[in-house]
Amino acid sequence: MINTAKKGRLTVLGAVAIGAMVALAGCASSDPLSDGGDASSSSDAIVVGSQQYYSNEIIAELYAQALEDGGYTVDRQYQIGQREVYLPELESGSIDVFPEYTGNLLQYYDKESTAKSPEEVESALADALPDGLTALAAAPASDQDSYNVTKEFSEENGITSLADLKDYSGSLAVGAPPENAERPYGPPGLKSVYGVDVTSTPIDDGGGPLTVKALLDGSVQLADVYTASPLIAENDLVTLDDPENLILPQNVVPIVSDKVDADAKAIIDAVDAVLTPSDLQKLNAKSQTDQESSGTIAKEYLTSKKLIG
Amino acid sequence: MNVFLDSLAWLADPVHLAGPNGVPARLGEHVLYSLAAVAIAAVVAIPVGFLIGHTGRGRTVAVALTGGVRALPTVGLVFLLALVLGIGITAPMIAFVVLAIPSILAGAYSGFEAVDRATIDAARAVGMTEWQIVTRVELPLGLPLLIGGLRSALLQVVATTTIAATVGAGGLGIYIFTGLRSNDYTQMFAGSLVVIALAVVLEVLFSVLQRLVVPAGVAAGRPLDTRVTTSRSAAAKATSLQEGTQ
Repeated sequence: MINTAKKGRLTVLGAVAIGAMVALAGCASSDPLSDGGDASSSSDAIVVGSQQYYSNEIIAELYAQALEDGGYTVDRQYQIGQREVYLPELESGSIDVFPEYTGNLLQYYDKESTAKSPEEVESALADALPDGLTALAAAPASDQDSYNVTKEFSEENGITSLADLKDYSGSLAVGAPPENAERPYGPPGLKSVYGVDVTSTPIDDGGGPLTVKALLDGSVQLADVYTASPLIAENDLVTLDDPENLILPQNVVPIVSDKVDADAKAIIDAVDAVLTPSDLQKLNAKSQTDQESSGTIAKEYLTSKKLIG
Repeated sequence: MNVFLDSLAWLADPVHLAGPNGVPARLGEHVLYSLAAVAIAAVVAIPVGFLIGHTGRGRTVAVALTGGVRALPTVGLVFLLALVLGIGITAPMIAFVVLAIPSILAGAYSGFEAVDRATIDAARAVGMTEWQIVTRVELPLGLPLLIGGLRSALLQVVATTTIAATVGAGGLGIYIFTGLRSNDYTQMFAGSLVVIALAVVLEVLFSVLQRLVVPAGVAAGRPLDTRVTTSRSAAAKATSLQEGTQ
């Protein structure tokens, strides 16, 4: 027996369930990847994609707005997770423009590559890319691991490069993500390439504020922070040079499909040419510190560089 | 099964046993952190729990407070504290103490509450002072539940101490996080196995201890128990009661 009150509740439940189903069906039809596929096959829009990483989305938005200013129609497909997901989409022509990083992309297509310097990596990448994909010129800006020290430490000990560390008499600990201890550029690489004994202190915030705090507190002497991180400029850190190219370079590089014509390539090249490491740090700071959207950040930057408007 | 065998091989490799990052050293840190956290939490929670249990006051507040504290995500708390206190064991230690307090507090006051009111009335009737009632009646009778609280607190803390490794404080979590971030699942699984083994060993030790602390008078006077089942002791019953009252 179902009494009236219970019946009423069941009706409400039923309504909620139907509502949820309708909403979910709506989600299913707006799958970003299948949408991208439709758009590129049915219209002339250039599809710009980005990784699920705020800094990558800002770079993608720079390309997108510059292309729009040049008269192109742009379809934005941002926040796509892993290379395993979006590279097949690029290869199949569902995405036309994607900001990438030279070293990691080269590793994806050619695990055996021995390229080390930024130039070597860039040319090896051009060879490694599959047919239909082209790497435009890499930007000066990069987003890679780097060893940083405080300004005081650098000045007191005259250390500006990883090669200078071997003359330092004290013990050296590096605050870094846990994987650093096992990576070729971690303590074993520092020992074999630069002759420096370093112990790794794992801090699992991806070179974030806690890693930098440990450095400023003096708990560690070196901090592994990404070169595009706004924390480097904010805390006056000195990024140590890497003359032997121990760390694989990760310069920003736009990957484009055959659908992108010469004019569009020239527009993207113009954006990349001005994007310096400190510019990228500032753009990231606007996202992280000021919480601005990628659209606002990109518009401001492109206008200030007279690339749009 | 392969990962399991690989992990055992990893643990047997002498390279992973020596030095400050070897398994024995990390295990030592892990045990030390866990015991210290539970000890500090016990110093805070037991007197408060006894007070609540003895007076019967403040239970609502205690339940609401500890319930709220239990909802705190420990990982978040560790990072939040570390951003103020810096890397090292201080920040995670505070978070582990916060994690351990609710179970111990619940064990302490529910142990007192579980004592038969008639027993306490009898103690009062024969002229015992309040202090004597606490120390000679409520405490010994409530001890199995308190140990149960300590046992579950320690278990949670042993599992959670792995995150000390995320703020440079070491412990067995180092293998789990290094393995996770470098896709070395053998190392990750090996680290997990040691944590699991540690948890099981401590669990066994505490369940034995929980049986031992049942007062002789209580243990002798339970013909009802033995008639129902021969294997379950009062202490074991006390555990289920404690779990129910948390």
